[in-house]
Amino acid sequence: MTAPLTAKDFATDQEVRWCPGCGDYAILKAVQKTLADIGANPDETVFVSGIGCSSRFPYYVKSYGFHTIHGRAPAFATGLKLANPDLDVWVVTGDGDGLSIGGNHLLHALRRNVNVQVLLFNNEIYGLTKGQYSPTSRIGTRSPSSPKGSIDAPVSPCLFALGAGAKFIARGIDTDAKHLGETLKAAHAFEGAAFVEIFQNCIVYNADVFSSFTEKKVADDAQIHVEHGKPLLFAKGAKGLRFNPQTFRLEVAAVGEGGVPQTDILVHDETNPALAQLLLSMPQPDFPVALGVIYRAPAAAAFEKGFWAGRARPGERAGRVADALRRGSVWTKKAG
Amino acid sequence: MTKIRPEHQSIVVRFAGDSGDGVQLLGAQFAESTALAGADFATFPDFPAEIRAPVGTTFGVSAFQINLGARRIATAGDAPDVLVAFNPAALKVNLPLLPKGALVILNTDEFNERNFAKANIRADPRETGALADYQVIEIPIKALTLEAVKDSGLSRRDAERCKNFWALGAILWMFGRDRAPMEAWINRKFAKAPDVLAGNLAALHAGHAYAETAELSAEIPQFEIGAAPMSPGDYRSITGAEALALGLAAAGELADKPVLFCSYPITPASPLLHHLSRMGDLGVATFQAEDEIAAACAAIGASYGGAIGVTSSSGPGIALKTEAIGLAIAAELPLVVVNSQRGGPSTGLPTKTEQSDLYQAVYGRNADAPVPVIAAAGPGDCFDAAIEATRVALRHMTPVFLLTDGYIANAAGPWAIPDMADYEPILHNAPPQAPDSDDPADLKRAIWARDPESLGRPWVAPGMKGLAHRIGGLEKDIETGDISYEAANHQAMTELRARKVASVAKFIRPQEVEQGPERGPLAVVGWGSTHGVIWRAVEAARKEGLDAAQIHLRWLNPLPDNLGALLRGYERVLLPEMNMGQCATLLRDRLEIGVIPLNKVSGQPFKIAEILDAIRAHYPAAARTPKPAAVGAAQ
Ligand SMILES: Cc1ncc(C[n+]2csc(CCOP(=O)(O)OP(=O)(O)O)c2C)c(N)n1
Ligand code: SF4
Ligand SMILES: [Mg+2]
Repeated sequence: MTAPLTAKDFATDQEVRWCPGCGDYAILKAVQKTLADIGANPDETVFVSGIGCSSRFPYYVKSYGFHTIHGRAPAFATGLKLANPDLDVWVVTGDGDGLSIGGNHLLHALRRNVNVQVLLFNNEIYGLTKGQYSPTSRIGTRSPSSPKGSIDAPVSPCLFALGAGAKFIARGIDTDAKHLGETLKAAHAFEGAAFVEIFQNCIVYNADVFSSFTEKKVADDAQIHVEHGKPLLFAKGAKGLRFNPQTFRLEVAAVGEGGVPQTDILVHDETNPALAQLLLSMPQPDFPVALGVIYRAPAAAAFEKGFWAGRARPGERAGRVADALRRGSVWTKKAG
Repeated sequence: MTKIRPEHQSIVVRFAGDSGDGVQLLGAQFAESTALAGADFATFPDFPAEIRAPVGTTFGVSAFQINLGARRIATAGDAPDVLVAFNPAALKVNLPLLPKGALVILNTDEFNERNFAKANIRADPRETGALADYQVIEIPIKALTLEAVKDSGLSRRDAERCKNFWALGAILWMFGRDRAPMEAWINRKFAKAPDVLAGNLAALHAGHAYAETAELSAEIPQFEIGAAPMSPGDYRSITGAEALALGLAAAGELADKPVLFCSYPITPASPLLHHLSRMGDLGVATFQAEDEIAAACAAIGASYGGAIGVTSSSGPGIALKTEAIGLAIAAELPLVVVNSQRGGPSTGLPTKTEQSDLYQAVYGRNADAPVPVIAAAGPGDCFDAAIEATRVALRHMTPVFLLTDGYIANAAGPWAIPDMADYEPILHNAPPQAPDSDDPADLKRAIWARDPESLGRPWVAPGMKGLAHRIGGLEKDIETGDISYEAANHQAMTELRARKVASVAKFIRPQEVEQGPERGPLAVVGWGSTHGVIWRAVEAARKEGLDAAQIHLRWLNPLPDNLGALLRGYERVLLPEMNMGQCATLLRDRLEIGVIPLNKVSGQPFKIAEILDAIRAHYPAAARTPKPAAVGAAQ
């Protein structure tokens, strides 16, 4: 028996060409480790990407890989899954690739529930084209194409996914390898479109946009790692989220001595889309940033299941063209 | 009463009415009856762009034309000999098409002030002399239908809708046709609605009986159209869209691969999607994507996954697919792109036909991005064209354009059902064995080891053991497929892509001359749906003693190797096409041959007379000798 593959076995011979210090490196490591952990078969695994720094990803993962065109990876992946539903397909996209030029395709791949993992590397900027503001950039982002600051309101990737009908929505941080790995495993285990937003630091064009909640010293207070069935606590258990039925909003409450009893704190129910909506809409910095599996709907059949009308494999033929040619009315011209 | 035997053993009948009058069904059933009678025919539906335009308006007129004959029928006919008009608007729109002496059958129940107003007609055309040149038969079709179906239990509205079957009954009598097959069809079709079934049958019989006893002053004529000389065998009626769908299914079967057809609805391409959606049992699946870009990308994803990816649209949607087609070229993956052309630019004339996307297919991409282009010559030919396009896509690992148009998609005619055993299997370049080596370059070289003749690379799909590799739209190293920005490599890859498409010429049939001499005074060159009309025009010219030839192009990129020499053998080349001269440009570009363009962009197919006139006008004067007698005397 051959030894199980390690993270290193998923590295290719290609020189990785991201800027030194780019968050993409950490994500690549986490993905390679996840592949090893889940016992992925490189011959059955495909990484599909669009265009962008993030979309160079497939060249660095030793499995099948396809670097498509800008924004179209979800559409390509859908065709691939229909042709071969057995493949394990990961889609890698960026905030520009997946939400501006490819927003339409992402919407439809999610609502169709194609069984792929979609990893959206959100750096709130167009990295590859040298730093223009993106659809996730905050208002006021100064960039070569918005020297006075951008004026358009950003889209929240996870809220977009929720609105699109995604059945699995999770969030992680590039440098938090352990937590990201767990999140990726959960995404992989989900049957259907699993959407994961990864906060990724573009050290060159948008350095530290996420530092207000990713920095070590603020992380405890500024992040909440949600887990199904567990109370929504953060700051080492000192704070929690409770629901105010008067305002229909979440509130941050101190827990324990001088605060509210723990029973007041909401328990995370990943199957509740209304709660997902609230967790994803929490304004910063008054609230922590929700991370982990925020929404996981009860299992529903993946799109590619049954696509070939119940046949065992794509292209299996119950009929012959020779017979189909004679469907309808046929007449015979006799000789002579 | 004596039967009329039309002069050319053929006759053109046109049914016209409101979209809701059921003229398409009426036409289709008359065509079916024509087929069973052994006559040859060609049909052409002429729909309005609106789904249900206001009743009685000229822009809501829907028409169906059929040319039927006891001889070979090549087109749906230049001008109707018989027009059945269900309302004043239908008469107004179609009157200009009629030659003097045509027979006009009017549904007089609709000839009233209200309907004249809707059609913007000032006075009753029956009284203004507007119909003086025609033979007019007035029949209150609506009233007679209502009377005939009164026992069926149908509401007045539904009873009125039986009038197309009343008209069918009358037409069947006029052509001496058997009613039994139509009865059987009605019994099958309306089995679930017994009242509609009863109403339609009653109407059919009443129409027939009415015509037979001719309870009116003007006698209804009868026409005699015998069986046409067709080679023995089994036939069916087929539209281009149906033939194309079956051809794609056949290609999948011949290649033993699944076919994944990815499309987004657009007129006039949608019928292909609809037909294929019912062919699941033939190993075909259809994916209705969110837009044409997604459709093209999904098809490429499918091809990468080892299925035959097919995408289809009309010009505006093809424009959206352009970038993705470039990806398939770069990644060297098979893809069939079907374009059912329509009038443009922009939204243009969605329901009208044109051949104006030839530039788009041959030249219309960024960078040097050649693609083979094949055009179907008519409805039945779509079957073979689909098989041929797929064969080339798989052999050369390239996208292939298959051009058809709104006319071909919707037109129908008898089709000799092919024998699947006559088709060679469709082969592809098999994936290599995973090399037993630690050097990753060995695997890469194996994956990119192209066939020396076709330059097609092995079709390696994910899931194949030991062959995992990475590809994409970035320029690849010619040997390893790794990303390469090397100057010399890009030069070599660009040349390779050009040579690959050029190599298709080695595999296609040399250009043949369809009628007429292999060299001579004038060749009429055509491509796509003009085949039938050019055939008839050249035939007519030859009967007049003009020694014209017909040459019909199938592959437009690359052109057959012998085409240049062949065309140089004619003093003049006339090129009719439904655009402003796109194929003319192509021939000038590729062969440096000047042609006389004959361009028509009215949204309507060419008429035989238009091409015949052009042949007469451009036929070299010096070649005009009183031919048949001279030849005969010499023998
Ligand atoms: C059709 C097309 N339009 C524009 C581009 C240029 N382009 C490449 S990547 C990109 C933006 C990428 O941003 P994002 O998806 O956020 O990826 P990042 O580089 O930030 O990882 C753009 C505009 C392109 N390659 N193709
Ligand atoms: S530009 Fe930004 S996102 Fe792109 S590689 Fe450099 S650091 Fe990473
Ligand atoms: Mg970005």
